[in-house]
Amino acid sequence: MRRWLFLLALLPALAWAQTVTRDGVTLTQAQETRAENIGDQLRCLVCQNESIEGSSATLAKQLRVIIRQHVVAGDSSKDIISFMVQRYGIFVLLKPPFMPLTYLLYATPFLGLILGGLIFWFARRSTPPAPAPLSEADTARLNELLK
Amino acid sequence: MSPLRRRLMFGLPLAAVVAGGEGFYIILRRMQQGDYDPHALPSPLIGKRPPAFSLPGAGGGQGFSNTDLLAPAKPMLVNWFASWCVPCQQEAQILSQLAGTGLQIWGIDFEDSAAGALAGYLAQNGNPYTRLAADASGLTAINWGVYGVPETYLIDTSGIVRWRYAGALTQQVVADELYPLIKQYS
Repeated sequence: MRRWLFLLALLPALAWAQTVTRDGVTLTQAQETRAENIGDQLRCLVCQNESIEGSSATLAKQLRVIIRQHVVAGDSSKDIISFMVQRYGIFVLLKPPFMPLTYLLYATPFLGLILGGLIFWFARRSTPPAPAPLSEADTARLNELLK
Repeated sequence: MSPLRRRLMFGLPLAAVVAGGEGFYIILRRMQQGDYDPHALPSPLIGKRPPAFSLPGAGGGQGFSNTDLLAPAKPMLVNWFASWCVPCQQEAQILSQLAGTGLQIWGIDFEDSAAGALAGYLAQNGNPYTRLAADASGLTAINWGVYGVPETYLIDTSGIVRWRYAGALTQQVVADELYPLIKQYS
C-alpha cells in the first residue's frame, strides 16, 4: 500500500518530465510551458490582435518553432523575446514596454485621476456657503407656518 | 449658477466632442488617401545593414548574400515576393516600370515550393529582377523581420536599409515616398 502511495506521489513528476511534440519540435512539458508563456507575450504580426501562441498563421507557426528551438537550446526567456524584438520591433510585444515612447500611455490613468480630482475640487469649492441660521423671530414664524 | 459657468458647462463637452470628431475625420481621411496605415509597422532594420544570409538563385537568376548588398553603386531595392501572392501581381507592373528607369531590383522568392510556379509567375508578370534568390524555408525572411509578402526594402550606397514598405507598391507610394528617398541617397 505504501509503495503504491509513493508511486502515486511520483506521477506529477512523471508528467512534468514527459516529452511533448508541438509544431514538430519535441520538448519536455516544462520547456513547453515556458515556450507557451513566451508565445503568449508576443503578437502575431499577420493577424495583429492574436498572440503567436493563439494564431494559426504560417508565420506564427514558424515563430512557435523558433521559440521552442531556442527553449530546447537553453536560451533564457528574455533572450528569446529580445530575438523577436530585434527583428519585428517593440510592436511584437503584446504588453508595451515602459520607455519614452510609451510614457504618456502609462501616465494616462494618473492624468485622468488628477483631472478628475481637479474638477471635483473646483466643483466643491464653488458651492455657495450655507445660508445664515434663522433669527428667533423667523424661527417663531416658521413654526407658526408649519403648524 | 453664473452665466459663465453655464456657458462652460455647455461649451466644454461640445468642444471635446468637436475635437474628437475632427481627430477621427483627419485619421479616416488620411487612411483613405493612403498616407496613413494603422497596420504599418516601422522596421527595426532601418538604419542598419541586412542580417547575414546567403540564398541560392531561383528562376534562372543569380542568388545573393548579405555581402553582395554592402555597397551598391546606386540605391537599390530588395523585393520579397511569392508566386502564390496576389498583391505581388498587383505591384508587378510598377516593379517593371521601376526596373525600366534603371533602378536595380533584387528579388527574393519567399516560401515557394514548386519551381514551376515561379517560372509561371515570371512569364505572366514579367521579370524585373536583376538578381533573384529563393528563401524556401522563410527563415531569412524572419531574420529580416518580413511579416508578409510583398515587402520592399530600399538599400543605399553604403548598404544600409533606408525604407521598408509592406504591401503592394502603388504609384502614389513610389512618387511620395520612394523617389524622394532615392534622390536623397543617390
